[in-house]
Amino acid sequence: MGRRKFFKAFGWIGTLAGMAGSSLFLLVKFLFPRALYEPATEFKAGPPSNYPPDPGGRIRVYENYKTTERVWIVHGDDPTTGKHGIYAFYAQCTHLGCTPRWLENEGKFKCPCHGSGFYPYGVNFEGPAPRPLEKLAIQMLEGQVVIDKAQRYREEKGQWSDARSIIETPRPVA
Amino acid sequence: MAFWQNLKDSITGSQVWKSMFRHDYKDTRRNRALQILNNVFLHLHPVSVARHATKIRFTWCMGGITFLMFLICTVTGVLLMFYYRPTPEYAYTDITHLAFDVSFGPLLRNMHRWAAHGMVIAIWLHMLRVFMTGSYKKPREFNWGVGVVLLVLTLFLSFTGYLLPWDQLAYWAVTVGTTMAKSHPGIGAEGPLTPEFVTQANDIRFVLLGGTTVGEVALLRFYVLHCIFVPLIASILMAVHFWRVRKDGGISGPM
Repeated sequence: MGRRKFFKAFGWIGTLAGMAGSSLFLLVKFLFPRALYEPATEFKAGPPSNYPPDPGGRIRVYENYKTTERVWIVHGDDPTTGKHGIYAFYAQCTHLGCTPRWLENEGKFKCPCHGSGFYPYGVNFEGPAPRPLEKLAIQMLEGQVVIDKAQRYREEKGQWSDARSIIETPRPVA
Repeated sequence: MAFWQNLKDSITGSQVWKSMFRHDYKDTRRNRALQILNNVFLHLHPVSVARHATKIRFTWCMGGITFLMFLICTVTGVLLMFYYRPTPEYAYTDITHLAFDVSFGPLLRNMHRWAAHGMVIAIWLHMLRVFMTGSYKKPREFNWGVGVVLLVLTLFLSFTGYLLPWDQLAYWAVTVGTTMAKSHPGIGAEGPLTPEFVTQANDIRFVLLGGTTVGEVALLRFYVLHCIFVPLIASILMAVHFWRVRKDGGISGPM
């Protein structure tokens, strides 16, 4: 290939590839939003006295923030870590993302979509869900329980032992 | 009788008529060919078709029925768009408005829905027929490939249309469907082989939804995909598909 032919081919291919490449880059970049107008992930859930423990030692599930924040607040033992306290679950099935229901009488979370079941402390025991529910970051701030839904803790990754996933409370003496 | 004959002659003999239709209706071989060749809509079609190819027991006409369903969906869909606004505020109420108050709204909506179901059924049967008759073999391999892409686009049209009524069924079906995309290898946040920097805030589901949850951006995206983007791509591929049927030697013969 002569010099003239080389530069001609180089020029054409370079120009066309540059145009195609920058158009493709534009398209891909355009489809990723940079600002999301989604609700805030952090919310205040009132004083911890709103979530008293069960005198009989069972795990209590509070649905106060299920419809507005999609969060369950739980008070009781956590057999997976041996701790006792207030912790929060994101109310999203780990199978395909539906919202499970808390069935008080049966003492379990049950997903209406494909039948996954979870113990009150979040561990899956029936149906297709492959892993436990996700815990949320929870802390005390100025006398209030504050929950951050952006910070998740997964049991199968050993993250439930993280101190930020639970507000520890003393075990009630029987 | 002479009156009607004169009327017909004056219409078909007029300059306006002749400027639109360049040939008459003489039933000759040449004229029949011209009718196909000189028509922008029919010219993708072969000028002549082998006798065996007109046998309904061989083709089931399933490709044609799929196309017919697509046309019904296009016409009814364009009409439905006059009454539908793709925002969370209006989407559901516009659908109930269509279903209860708009003249012929339920008819058009049901035609759109059943034609969509029919299209999915017909396209599978078309694929089955093409497979069973060996019509995917050389020289028709490329057209089989185009057909597979069209099948996927048809299913994607069904999926994107599913969200638009914005009711509980739509919302959770699309939540489930797009959560599956999370498991895609490499580009889904929870899929195998996915690199660390791909999270739920930049994976394939995020692009599809325009966010991390099924919200107003997702509704608008699905609307645009459903009404413009996918039908446009599908139309182009359909033109290629029909053209290639002819270029690859017409409808395949019985084995």
